[in-house]
Amino acid sequence: MEDKNTPHAPNESETQKNSSRRDFLKNLGLAGVGVATGAAALYSGHIFEAKKDVSGDQKVLLTQDGKLVQVDSLEIKALEKTGVALHEVEGREGIPGRRWVMVTDLSKCRNARKCINVCQDAHQLRPEQYHMNTLQMQDTPATAPYNMPKNCQHCDNPPCVAVCPVDATYKRPDGVVLIDNERCIGCRFCMAACPYSARIFNWIEPKDAANYQGQDYNVELNVPQKVGTISKCLFSADRLREGKLPYCVEACPNGVYYFGDENEDAVTNGTTKETVRLSKLLRDNGGYQLMPELGTKPRVYYLPPKNRLFPFEEATDATPEKV
Amino acid sequence: MTMDDNKLTFDKITSDLTHHIRINKGFLIWMGFLTISLLICLYAYSLQLSKGLGVAGIRDYVTWGMYLANFVFFVAASLIGMLISAVLGLIGMKWLTPITRIAETIAVAFAAVAGLVIVSDMGRPERLAYVFLYGRPQSPILWDVTVITTYFVLSLLLLFLPLIADMAIIHRKVSTLPSWLKPVYKVLSLNFTDHPEQNKIINRAIRILLILLIPAALSIHTVTSWLFAVTSRAGWDSTIFGPYFVSGAFVAGSAAVIIAMFFFRKNYKLQDYLTDMHFNNMGKVLATVSLVYLYFNINEFLVPGYKLKRADAVHLHELFVGKDAILFWIVQIGGLILPILFMLFRRFRKPLPIMLISIAVLMAAWVKRYLIVVPTQEHPFLPIQHVPQNFVHYSPTLIETLISIAPFILVLIIITLISKFFPVIPLHETAREKGIEHIKFD
Repeated sequence: MEDKNTPHAPNESETQKNSSRRDFLKNLGLAGVGVATGAAALYSGHIFEAKKDVSGDQKVLLTQDGKLVQVDSLEIKALEKTGVALHEVEGREGIPGRRWVMVTDLSKCRNARKCINVCQDAHQLRPEQYHMNTLQMQDTPATAPYNMPKNCQHCDNPPCVAVCPVDATYKRPDGVVLIDNERCIGCRFCMAACPYSARIFNWIEPKDAANYQGQDYNVELNVPQKVGTISKCLFSADRLREGKLPYCVEACPNGVYYFGDENEDAVTNGTTKETVRLSKLLRDNGGYQLMPELGTKPRVYYLPPKNRLFPFEEATDATPEKV
Repeated sequence: MTMDDNKLTFDKITSDLTHHIRINKGFLIWMGFLTISLLICLYAYSLQLSKGLGVAGIRDYVTWGMYLANFVFFVAASLIGMLISAVLGLIGMKWLTPITRIAETIAVAFAAVAGLVIVSDMGRPERLAYVFLYGRPQSPILWDVTVITTYFVLSLLLLFLPLIADMAIIHRKVSTLPSWLKPVYKVLSLNFTDHPEQNKIINRAIRILLILLIPAALSIHTVTSWLFAVTSRAGWDSTIFGPYFVSGAFVAGSAAVIIAMFFFRKNYKLQDYLTDMHFNNMGKVLATVSLVYLYFNINEFLVPGYKLKRADAVHLHELFVGKDAILFWIVQIGGLILPILFMLFRRFRKPLPIMLISIAVLMAAWVKRYLIVVPTQEHPFLPIQHVPQNFVHYSPTLIETLISIAPFILVLIIITLISKFFPVIPLHETAREKGIEHIKFD
C-alpha cells in the first residue's frame, strides 16, 4: 500500500520542474567551463609574454628550508635582511637518520671548565649562564667526591617539551631538544618541569646585546639571545649540521666527552678523536643515566668516576657576580 | 498583610539596599587613594616591561616567585563563588541570600585579576596571543587559560542575571539615583517587568549557571595545582594537590567573604540584612572548610615526612625546622589550627572576632601559596653551584613587591565599583523572601 500524501513521492509536474532545473544547471555548468577555459588560455598567454625577458642563465640556489632550486638569474633579487630565523624549518626537523647521543666519562673530568667557556662564547652567554656546568658531586658521605659536567640531557621523554604552552621548545627526530626564542613567551614552566636544572632564562638584556642587534636569529645556535626568553644546551645543533662535534666536546682537554650517533652505534672522543662502539663503551664501563627513575629517558650517558688518576679538588673558580 | 504594609516594607527594603548608590566624598577619597596606589604599582610594572623580568628577585633556580604565588592566591579566592552560590545555594540554604552577591562579586573580581596577574610573570607579555595562536593542548597552561576564562564568564553572568530585576526596580523606584546612571540601569534591566515568565527564564538560567559553575570552579583550581603537580620536584610531586588546593581555596574565599560582609555591613548600614546569624553561619562554613584543609595538610606533610625520600627530606627539613620554618609554623598554627579552635566557640563567630580571624586566615593563605611555590625550587635534584648568591636564595625586590600589590588594589577597585553602583544584597530576591509577591512597575 502506498500513501499518496507522503511528501517523498513527487507528482508528475514536480518531476518535470526538477528535470528542467537540472537542464538549466547543466547548461550553466557548461557555460562556466567555457568561460574558465577562455580565461585560462588568456592568462597563460599573458604569462608566456611576461616570460620572454629571461636571460637563459640559470642559477642553482639553496632555499631557506634547505631545498635546491633552479632560478633564472634575472629573477634573483637581493634582500636587505630576511627577518626570518635561520633554519626555521629544518631547525625543527633535525638531521635525517641521526640519533645524537653523548657519553660523559666522569673518571676523566678534572673541572678544567674549558667546555663551559667555549660554550658560553658560542652562545653569547654571561658568566653565570650555563648551558653546560661542572658540578662538584658527592653521592653519600662515605663515597668520594667527583666532578660532573651537566648539560641538557636531551631526554627522549622531555618534561620541558610536554609543558610548553606554545611549542617553543621541541624535540627533534634526531634526538635534540631545542628552544625557539622567537616563539618563547617566557612563562618558565619548562624550567620548573626540568629535573636536571638544565634551563636558563634571560632575566635582563643579554650579554653585548647591542653588538648583535639586527642579526638574524639562528634557532640551531640560539643566538642572538633574547631578553625574556629561555636558553639551553642545544647539543651544538649548528655544528652537527656542519658534520662537526659540539663545542664542549671538542674543547675538552681531558677526553671526558664522547659524542656520536646511536643509529651507527659509534661515538667519537672529542679530545683523542678516537671512535668507539657506543654499546661496548657503556657495557664495559658501567654507563648510566642521571635519575632514570623519573622516566625522562636522557640521551646523555655517564661513565662512573672510578680509577681516577688525579685527586679531587674543590672548585676554586670565583662565583660570578650578582646579576 | 494589607497593600499599604506591603508597600511600606518594599520601599524600606529598596531604600535600605540602595541608599549607598551615590557618589559621596568617602567614595571619591577611597577611589583616589586606590587609583594613585595603582599608578605607582603600574610604574613599577613599566620598569619591568622595559628592563625584563630581572627587576624582580626571581632567578634561574627559583624562577617562580611572588607573581606565581599571587596567581595561585587569586585563583583560590575566586573559588568562593562556587561554594556559596552553587554548592550551598543548590542545597537550598535560604540564609545565604544576602551573601550570594558578595560571593559572586569576589569571584568575578579575583578571577578577572588572576588572568592579569599571570601576565606579570611572563618574560615576553607582548607574545600573550601566541598562547592562542600556537597553543598546545598538552600543556596545563592551555587548560588553565581555558577554564579560567570559562569560570570568569560564568561568574560574570551569575552576577548579572539576578541584577536584572534589581536594576529594573532601581531605575524606576529610586529617586536619589544620580541622573546619569538612570539610563544605564534602564538598558541593563533589559525591559524587566517582573512578569512571571521573565522570572521563570531568569531563574532557570541561574540554575543552569550554578550547575555549570561547579565543574568549572573545580577545574580552575585543580588545573592550577597541576602546574606544580605535573613536575617531579619534591614538594610538588603530589597526587592530592588538586583537592589540597581546592579545599585551601575555600578557606581563603570564605575568609574574604566574611571580611567583605563586615565592611559592607558597617559602611552601607546593612545591619538588618547581614545579621549576627549570617556571621555565625559563615564562621561555621569557614571552620568546616578549614578542618577539611587541615586534613589535606596532614596528608600532604605526614606521608612524605614518614618516608623521607632524599629530595622530600631536604624539602621538609627546610619547612619544619630550617630556613622557612618560622613562616611555615605561623601559617599552619596561626592561620589554620588556632582559627579552627577559636571558631568552635560561638562568641568568636560574632562579626568583629570572626572578621579578625578571617584577616589572619586570608593573610596566612597568601603566605601558604608562597610556601608552596618558592621553597621547592630552592632545592632541586642537582646542587646549585657556580652561580651568584642571589640565584641560590630568593628574595623579592621592591619593584616585584609593588607589582605584586597591584592586583590587590585592582581587586579592591573592582569590588568597590560593583558594590557602590549595585545593591550589595539582592534586592528583588530579598523582597520576595520578605513576602512581597509582585512588584508594581508603574
